[in-house]
Amino acid sequence: MSRTFLGMPATAPRGVGHLRGDEPFPAAARRGLADPQLRRNLGHATTTIRAKSGAVIRELPDWEQLRAAGSAIKADVLARLPELLEQLEAAVTAAGGTVHWAADAVAANRIVTDLVAATGSDRVIKVKSMATQEIGLNEALEAAGITAVETDLAELIVQLGEDRPSHILVPAIHRNRAEIREIFLRAMPGVDPGLTDDPAALAAAARRYLRQTFLTTPVAVSGANFAVAETGTLAVVESEGNGRMCVTLPETLITVMGVEKVVPTWRDLEVFLQLLPRASTGERMNPYTSMWTGVTPGDGPQAFHLVLLDNGRSAVLADEVGRQALHCIRCSACLNVCPVYERAGGHAYGSVYPGPIGAVLSPQLTGVADNASLPYASTLCGACYDACPVKINIPELLVHLRDRAPHPRAEAAAMAAAAYVMDRPALYAAAQRGARLSRLAGRRGRGLPPPLSGWTIGRDLPQPPPRTFREWWARR
Amino acid sequence: MRIALFVTCLADTLFPQAAVATVRLLERLGHEVVFPEGQTCCGQMHVNTGYQAEALPLVRRHVRTFEPYDVVVAPSGSCVGSVRHQHAMVARRAGDERLAGRAEAVGRRTYELSEFLVDVLGVTDVGAYYPHRVTYHPTCHSLRMLRVGDRPLRLLRQVRGLDLVELPQGEQCCGFGGTFAVKNADTSTAMLADKLRHVLSTGADVCTAGDASCLMHIGGGLSRLRTGVRTVHLAEILAATESSGPAGPAERTAVTA
Repeated sequence: MSRTFLGMPATAPRGVGHLRGDEPFPAAARRGLADPQLRRNLGHATTTIRAKSGAVIRELPDWEQLRAAGSAIKADVLARLPELLEQLEAAVTAAGGTVHWAADAVAANRIVTDLVAATGSDRVIKVKSMATQEIGLNEALEAAGITAVETDLAELIVQLGEDRPSHILVPAIHRNRAEIREIFLRAMPGVDPGLTDDPAALAAAARRYLRQTFLTTPVAVSGANFAVAETGTLAVVESEGNGRMCVTLPETLITVMGVEKVVPTWRDLEVFLQLLPRASTGERMNPYTSMWTGVTPGDGPQAFHLVLLDNGRSAVLADEVGRQALHCIRCSACLNVCPVYERAGGHAYGSVYPGPIGAVLSPQLTGVADNASLPYASTLCGACYDACPVKINIPELLVHLRDRAPHPRAEAAAMAAAAYVMDRPALYAAAQRGARLSRLAGRRGRGLPPPLSGWTIGRDLPQPPPRTFREWWARR
Repeated sequence: MRIALFVTCLADTLFPQAAVATVRLLERLGHEVVFPEGQTCCGQMHVNTGYQAEALPLVRRHVRTFEPYDVVVAPSGSCVGSVRHQHAMVARRAGDERLAGRAEAVGRRTYELSEFLVDVLGVTDVGAYYPHRVTYHPTCHSLRMLRVGDRPLRLLRQVRGLDLVELPQGEQCCGFGGTFAVKNADTSTAMLADKLRHVLSTGADVCTAGDASCLMHIGGGLSRLRTGVRTVHLAEILAATESSGPAGPAERTAVTA
């Protein structure tokens, strides 16, 4: 077979979707760090989920084998992605569905908007979906006069609050119940003005509103957790049942799915449906797992469209080290164990993909220059790698991306100079003696130049020793 | 046994007492310690900040310096982690497969101190005496890159006079992360604040760990708050005996001003 090189695959386009923040991570993080509600909620939630997830993972004697299997299946998928996607397309088509290929967010938004417009509906109900947030689908639909209603409770809170999600799984993790009551009273159509902040009352208010919406909206938009190439089956995994309503009640179902979500065979789901709930919510079995294959006459949506989204994924795939980020099954285990995420919060990452996985996925989807601070938003502590159910080596990826990130000129000069000195032991020993940090720094290090001055905002400098080790060694 | 000391640039320059203690400890256990003087820095700072090309000569230097020795020991989990897990990667990225192979061979012979004592020498009681209340912070790289597990604790439990208290949420990162501490100084300090809170909750006089870098961070915070709690490298505790007194030149805490 002859091959034609078409150049490097494109990254996700600018000006559409939510993969880029407005400011670098260190600046954005300051707001989260200063928000006591956020710090408390995140500290409590992540500690709870960590404990719950850890307990159910320890029940499985073959957890490590499952992780290895999940990783191997994903590596296999990425190695033959074009073939599997074409197999998926054929299977979906044979089952009565229609497959659309979207090179980027702009194309995907246009395809979905046209499909909804063709139904004549001016409203869609949505299953919680990262892919549609990534491409900014709700905004695109709104621009076309179509209202998108998020039906996942937490996503609904975020949408009604005109807010941004801050966690992959728990998008409103930064809100408390008083804030949720206030948002519902302000923005939920037909809400009881006597609503209290009792969690059951808040859930009941959402249920009343959503039930009405489910019964009167003929089009749904979903994402997908998995798609089985051999059968053409799509799968959505959720815990409220609202997603089940969306994929069964409407006449038309449109699914937007990142191309990496395909798995070869039905049997592969066996691995992921064990890995995902335990790593994600700490449940042994996922509560609502909806699967559908094309259309079934007289049962469920009678029109099904699958939009396969690239939006930079081929560019990620082209990087042999970086591509493991496409293993991600969006469980958010890495967020829940990340000490940086726990304190800075999800909004600090700018992108819809926060936390450690966001720090390696977003810069690859956009090109690292557009998210240059994210690979540095980690201490490389490695907790994310241990927690990842599909063994994405996030620390390795962070180091890999840092090497490709644009570097500040002064830093690059300092690093080159340091390497020069460190490769010359005599010069190095002289530098050790001569440039003792404290002499540069003055009393308590307040005189350090940026960025080193960052050290002394909360930490004293070590007192330089009377002599270095090598001086001691030479004299002993 | 003839042991090459990989001192690490940080211990060499700022925390020589940890390196001196390592030498005294290994000599007390009956081994010969040599210091290959061609060593400078393993290049971890460069690699982890995104400068792999600049790190390449440092990797080459490290491999050349330590290649002649059967056993290399360092008082640092992080630097040993870099040697084992990053040197070959840096070499491969530069297309130098031969260097990568040599780096892997050196990596296999390089040990973090607690690993070396427990796994290679097979000792947990090193004859130390340290009459203080001590809490141990497992540093991320020793914990998750090297998997040293409870080796440092097994060593500490055998130290006479030492009152070992468990550090709550010890496995959480202290927030150092190399250049993270200055690039993301606010987040780093927020992580440190929680670590300090847990250290102080133990009532320990001393916080110990196997890495001078994390101790510099924790110690810098303890000092800033005038807590009176000191940071002391694991090697210094293990080197201390009834007769030797504190190890190294001028025992001190990480305090300025």
